[in-house]
Amino acid sequence: MKLIDWLYKDTPLATRGEITPKLGFLLTVLLAIVWLIPFLWMVVATLRPASDGINAMAELMPSLKPTLDNVRDAWEIGDFPRYTLNTTIICAGILLVQFVTITLAGFAFARLDFAGKSLIFYLFLMQLMLVPVLLIVPNLSLVARLGLYDTLAGVMMPFFASAFGTFLMRQAFEAIPTELEDAALIDGASLIQRIRHIYVPLSMPSFSAFAIISVTSHWNDFLWPLMVINSPDKRPLTVGLSVFTKTAEGTQAWGTIAAGTLMVIAPLLITFLIFQKRFISSFVTSGIK
Amino acid sequence: MSLAEPATLPVATSAAPRLDVPKRLVARFKASLPAYLLLLPSLVFLALFTYGAMGRVLIDALYQRATPKAPVRFVGLDNIAAVLADPAFTGAVVNNLIYAVGTAIPSIGLALLFALTLSRTHAVSSALRAALFLPVLIPMVAASALFMFIFLPNVGLLDYYIGRLLPVLPNWLGDPDIALYAIMIITIWKNAGYYMLFFLAGLQAVPEDVMEAAHLDGAGPYQRLRNIILPELKPTFLFVIVIAILNAVTQVDHVFVMTQGGPSNSTNLVLFYIYQQAVEHYDVGKASAATLLTLAALMGLTALSFRTMANREGGP
Repeated sequence: MKLIDWLYKDTPLATRGEITPKLGFLLTVLLAIVWLIPFLWMVVATLRPASDGINAMAELMPSLKPTLDNVRDAWEIGDFPRYTLNTTIICAGILLVQFVTITLAGFAFARLDFAGKSLIFYLFLMQLMLVPVLLIVPNLSLVARLGLYDTLAGVMMPFFASAFGTFLMRQAFEAIPTELEDAALIDGASLIQRIRHIYVPLSMPSFSAFAIISVTSHWNDFLWPLMVINSPDKRPLTVGLSVFTKTAEGTQAWGTIAAGTLMVIAPLLITFLIFQKRFISSFVTSGIK
Repeated sequence: MSLAEPATLPVATSAAPRLDVPKRLVARFKASLPAYLLLLPSLVFLALFTYGAMGRVLIDALYQRATPKAPVRFVGLDNIAAVLADPAFTGAVVNNLIYAVGTAIPSIGLALLFALTLSRTHAVSSALRAALFLPVLIPMVAASALFMFIFLPNVGLLDYYIGRLLPVLPNWLGDPDIALYAIMIITIWKNAGYYMLFFLAGLQAVPEDVMEAAHLDGAGPYQRLRNIILPELKPTFLFVIVIAILNAVTQVDHVFVMTQGGPSNSTNLVLFYIYQQAVEHYDVGKASAATLLTLAALMGLTALSFRTMANREGGP
């Protein structure tokens, strides 16, 4: 009971001596363990030698003779370095263009007065409600007509503008005191110079929050790249993993599947464990993606 | 979020005679030009991939795709009628409704429990929060790969540890009566930690002194939850419900990887149906009609929730 009291000490919105919050906390602890089981299995199965047999595959206790054979097999079957490179190019390409588009549009909404401002604002707002994922069919035919079918640029293009990012930057720019800009104005700084030297450097937290949300969602995107990409060497990680899983499933090579999955999700999970706080606060500010 | 203020005219020109109107408009446009240039890059892409796409869906839904025997032709509402009469579509809609309700309620309930018990900063609660949040970050495809083994008949994790206690070992993904519920488990596992974040943020608005006062007055945990915490969390609930429903319609990667909509269409969801019509059957007309119906339903829903939220904020 001592342990529970210590764990529970200054946790929930409740007070000592009450049993219900304690039970709730215990339930959460149990569920958190359950939540981790798929990850635990993945690591244990990755290191399990094939000689343990299919019946031992579900054991959550690690094998006494851990091996890296599964990692080697996964590495040979799937072209993971290529998939990782493709995904990195896609995420970086999207993010770089987004930084430009959301900075410019965010600034216009935050600091400029122009004819039709509210109408254009509503046009942006509409993108949040339209659920772009559902527009895959018309967008695929557009990408094909632009000659971008089976290219990484075709995967990236629909995401170059981001209403969410624009609103996030608008919020950030509005919080910057106008006096700073006035001073630069007196010194003769142009519009672009003011954005570049005043607004952008002072809005870094918002940029990093947006980067986390953008990269996470495009790193994990599957359906859209699946439709646009045809050549095996242009597959991103998610599409590569799904093909790899199909191949390995036929041979019942579950250790290899676990190893492949581990390779796919490790980069993002490690980044999360390092920058936990950042990630969590970014997701909270994300609201509607 | 405050909306943009309506454009105001410069005072000096507002009293100008009628003939000057075009001039004034030109001046106004000139003054607006920098803003338009800044918005242009975004608007180009939005026009292509959002508004243009929306327009294309509307038009494509009205046309019959060319076949080897017949050219493209205008068919009016035929595609919509065909989709509505297609048992695969209506089945997908029913599945999606079950899926939406059956994933939203448990994941939101769990998210609330997690947030309530882990609301304060503490080494242990941070670790637990991270553990519960991890599934949010992994691709649905990777989650599917892991759960494929979990659901594997006989040797899989679930049967190995729990299935043995059951009288009959279920075929989790192979039984049409169970498969939809099996894939729902993945969604709950993946989303509960995400919704938890919003409840954690919402809980910060609950004033601590009110909680303490209630406790001194002898209010038990259940009474405090009902009378203080839940009313405070109402906007969060609304928000999370909308997100959960949007997720239920847009997250279908596990259907692609694990079941392909089967067995016997039992896990077919609306977006997978759209994909099948477009990519497998080359029927853009039907796919567009299905997209249109889904978009209309979702936009109606989000508009409704925005209105409810706006009313609540405007109220006393």
